[in-house]
Formats: sequence, C-alpha cells, structure tokens
Amino acid sequence: MSNHAHGILEKIETGIPGFDLIARGGLPKGRTTLVSGTAGSAKTVFSTQFLAAGVTSFNDNGVLVTFEESPGDICSNMMGFGWDIRKWEAEGKWAFVDASPSPEDEIVVTGRYDLGALLARIEYAVRKVNARRVSLDSVGAIFTRFEAGPFIRGELFRIASALKQMGITAVMTAERTEEYGEIARFGVEEFVSDNVIILRNVLETEKRRRTMEILKFRGTSHQKGEFPFTVMPGQGIIGVPLSAIELKQKSSDVRITSGSEELDRMCGGGFFRDSVILVSGATGTGKTLRVTEFIAGGAANDERCLLFAFEESPEQLFRNATGWGVDFEQMEQDGKLKVVCEYPEVAGLEDHLIQMKAIIEDYKPHRIAVDSLSALERVSSIKGYREFVLGLTSFIKYQEIAGLFTATTPTLMGGASVTEAHISTITDSIVLLRYVEMYGEMRRGLTVLKMRGSRHDKDIREFTIDAKGMHIGRPFRNITGILSGNPVYSASQDVERFGDLFQEGQKV
Amino acid sequence: MTGYHLKLFVTGKTATSERAIANLRRICAEDLRGTYSMDVIDILEHPQLAEDEKILATPTLVKALPSPLRRVIGDLSNKEKILIGLDLQPVQQPSGKGDAQ
Repeated sequence: MSNHAHGILEKIETGIPGFDLIARGGLPKGRTTLVSGTAGSAKTVFSTQFLAAGVTSFNDNGVLVTFEESPGDICSNMMGFGWDIRKWEAEGKWAFVDASPSPEDEIVVTGRYDLGALLARIEYAVRKVNARRVSLDSVGAIFTRFEAGPFIRGELFRIASALKQMGITAVMTAERTEEYGEIARFGVEEFVSDNVIILRNVLETEKRRRTMEILKFRGTSHQKGEFPFTVMPGQGIIGVPLSAIELKQKSSDVRITSGSEELDRMCGGGFFRDSVILVSGATGTGKTLRVTEFIAGGAANDERCLLFAFEESPEQLFRNATGWGVDFEQMEQDGKLKVVCEYPEVAGLEDHLIQMKAIIEDYKPHRIAVDSLSALERVSSIKGYREFVLGLTSFIKYQEIAGLFTATTPTLMGGASVTEAHISTITDSIVLLRYVEMYGEMRRGLTVLKMRGSRHDKDIREFTIDAKGMHIGRPFRNITGILSGNPVYSASQDVERFGDLFQEGQKV
Repeated sequence: MTGYHLKLFVTGKTATSERAIANLRRICAEDLRGTYSMDVIDILEHPQLAEDEKILATPTLVKALPSPLRRVIGDLSNKEKILIGLDLQPVQQPSGKGDAQ
C-alpha cells in the first residue's frame, strides 16, 4: 500500500526462474502483459508457468483461458514440467476457460454480436477459484475465428480492462510472424501496450537459441536486451540473466595448492581459494594432467572436488590418472571426488550451464575443474559461448570456490583460442603449457602468465611428465619466441650480455 | 417430423439481446410453426451453462436438436443466413428450397 502512496508500481513475482531478475521483481501488478513470440517460442509454457508458479509458490490461484489447445491437451502436455493441473483444478486452485475451437464451430454471423460471453465466463472463473492470476493463450486465434479487424481488438481491450478492474495480473500471449519484425499479428499490442515481452527462438549457425526480452514495462524499470533461456523437463522456463550478475564477489587471501609444489612456488604460494584459473595449451601438452593434479592436491587436503569432463569417458580419465599415480577411484569412494562426463553435443549451452550449476549447488565442492572448456565452443555460436563462460565463471566465483578450466589452443605451437579471447580477462590466473621444439626434439614448457593479486615467477620453465606426474624444472634460458610458436636460439653469451645491459641501465 | 430445440445465449438485457430474442421469436413463429421449443439463457445468470457449451460471443443461437448441433452468432437480423446456418427447414415451403425468392 505504501508503494501506491508513492506512485510506484508494484510488481508480483512470476516464479519463473531468472525472469524476475530481468524484470526487476516480476510483472507489473494488476496489469496485463503481452507476451509475443513466433510458433514454438514457448509462449504457452510461459503463460502456464506463470499460473503454475502462482499456485505452487505464492498461493495465488489462476485461470487459464485457452484459445488454441483444449484443456485436456494442456494438462497432459504440462505434466512433463511437473505441473499437475488436474489436481489443482480439483482443489479449487485452478480453472480453465475453454475457448478452444470445436468441430461444429463453423461460425455463421447473422448481425451484430460481441464477446460478452467470453468476458462473463472469465469473470465467473475468476470468482469461482478466487484467482489473482489469469493467462490468455493465445489471443491470435480469436482473430482468425471471428474477424481480424478493429472490432475484436476492441473486445479484447474490454477484457483487459475488466481484468484490471478486478485487480488481476494477467499474461496475454500473441503470435508474431518474424523474430525481428512487428510486435504481434493483428495489431494486438495496440490494446495491451503497457507491458510487452518478446520470446524468441532464433536459428543461429544451425543452433536454436531461445531468448526473452522485455520490450517495455510502462512506469517501471526492467533490464534491457535479450536474455537467453531454456525450457527444461520437470522445470519449465529457466532464464539465464547474465547482466543480472553482479561483480561483488568477496576476495580471499587464502591460498590453496595447485597440486604441484613447483607450480605453487611459481604462483607465489598457490592459487587463491576463490579464483578462476585458465590452463591453456595445445593437445597433448598435459592439460588433463594439470587437472588431475589439481584434483589430487585438493583431495589430499580433504577438499571435495568436482570434475566436468567433456572430452573423455570416466574410464579413460581414471586410467590416465592411475598412469600418473593418482587414484581417482579411491577418492570417489572417500566422497572427495565427483566426476561428470558428458559429450558437449548432448545439450545446448544454456542447458549445460543450468545442469552444471545444479550439480555444483547439490555437491557443494571446494574446487571444480572443467576439462576442457573449449570443447563446448563447438556446440554454440560465439555469442552464446561467451555468455556461457561468463555465467559459469561468475557462478563459481560467487560460490567462493576455485575453478580450473582448460582450453585447447587451435595450433600445436600456441596461438590464442576463442576461449582465451573470451575468458582471459575474467580469470584470475593463466597458466600456459607450450611445446618447445629444440634440436629436433619436442620439449614442454610452462609459464604463469598472470596471477592476479600476487607476485609470480615470470620464467618459462621446462617440465617433464612421468609415472609420478608433472615435474617442473629449470627455465629455458637461451630460447626466445616460445609463446609465439617460433623459438629462436641465442648463444649463451648473448643472454649474459643482455643481462649485463639491463643491469647497467639500472645503475644510471 | 421431429421438433426443434433451440437455445439462445445472451449477456444481460442489452438492446442487442432484446433484438435477437425478438428476431428469433419471429422466425420461429413464421417459419417453424410450433414444432420447436426455445430457451433464452442469460449468461450473466448462468455462466456455467455458457462454459459447458463453450460460448464466446453473444448472442449465440444453438440448435441442440435435431442433430447435428449447429450455431450462429449475431442479433439474428439476417433470416436467410440463420436458416442455412442452422439447417432449419421452414415448414411453409411446399417445393424446392431455391424458389423461396
């Protein structure tokens, strides 16, 4: 009430995960919001979920006015999301107004008419279950059944005004023909113009990408732009509100081991507890080994570790680990390790992100490794990938745990991958693994490129791999150009001479 | 000959409702001559009946009997359309339907 006194529009939470963040609180209370989208853009799911969440989470009863599907179809379709509408109907929490076409409904018009019957039925249903939420899905059908003119628009306006008078918060869905074109068919937006949400299902480089956008909320604020969302079985619509992520993670001085004493020394005492580390290297440089040691180091300190593997099966991972003297099986039995293996292709990136978040929240690990993050590049557009990486890293940082990601570089001798380009600025530390060609032999080099908030070793050190894992040795002294992939040897005298040069410079 | 059962759904006592009722009475009297029964249902008083019949627009005239079920909407000001739309056969037509003009 105090809000009314100040003239601020109240909102009600829809209960659709992610959406309320984008909408800064939910839908404007007591008003009708137009939800417009092309075929298959999840309009019906949105409008049903708005009511279902009302029943399950807010004790708000709902009325669904259905113009296309029959109530029976809706009930069985929505069971997959875990919404037992039949039960709610029996409990008096839900009512249908069935305005779906029936076979005998060949409409013959014999003079003037109006949609008074529809309005009377909606009012009756609202009274019957004492509803606070109403969805109308989808009003376009009424134009095709009656007439596509201003008369029906006027009738719908009458319904929207009546809902407003009853203090109902309503969702009205409408079709649109193009993803980026007029707001809705038949000019529906002309009568519910206060609040417009657009759901999109865009084809981007052979991948479907769902987004929601709040076009306008008259008199109140909301986040701008398109936000990805996904439709999950058992849950319904889940929004991924990326710009809702705030940069307010706490920062810790606590160091944790990288799983290698030598690397800890190079990092100035280990990684920070709530940091994100990127390990980048070509195929075969030892990224998975780095991951294995990172996990072994955690488990040795009684930490719970979570590994997401997108390239290898559990059997392969366990066998590899054994080859480096790490017993994953024992760690799993001790409850210190959980390995999740999946092909990147099994789901869209939004779905991967939601699943990974759910597993992290459920398992509550102290450290997480993703091997490899770059494997996920190929199942999405660049834009979608960037959003995914941002969403995942910010989530991990928010949990105040350590995350180690690996990225495979596209060329053998180095070079930057898409992953590096998109996440290097949001990672706290970057460790590069590189092949170094020396006198007809492939050696391996490691360097800590970046270590936010700490001193670190700037050398490029050689490392070897044996049955006990990774051994980091001495720096490469007389080679330059390792990182660029073009190693050039210089005689040792030259190196000394350069050293003298800079020392003299310092004296002046 | 089976009797007709007609149901007219209206919303309140508006001018359109009254016009539809009057038009229907006249058609029944002139063309059906006693072989019918007729209910006028006000949706504001009996919303559940409108729900059961899935009525959206008013006035709506439903021919419940004989089957098949037929409906027309509007204030029934166009008699020709009503007769065709409802499959009503006027009693006073000795020969072919087309000769009515």
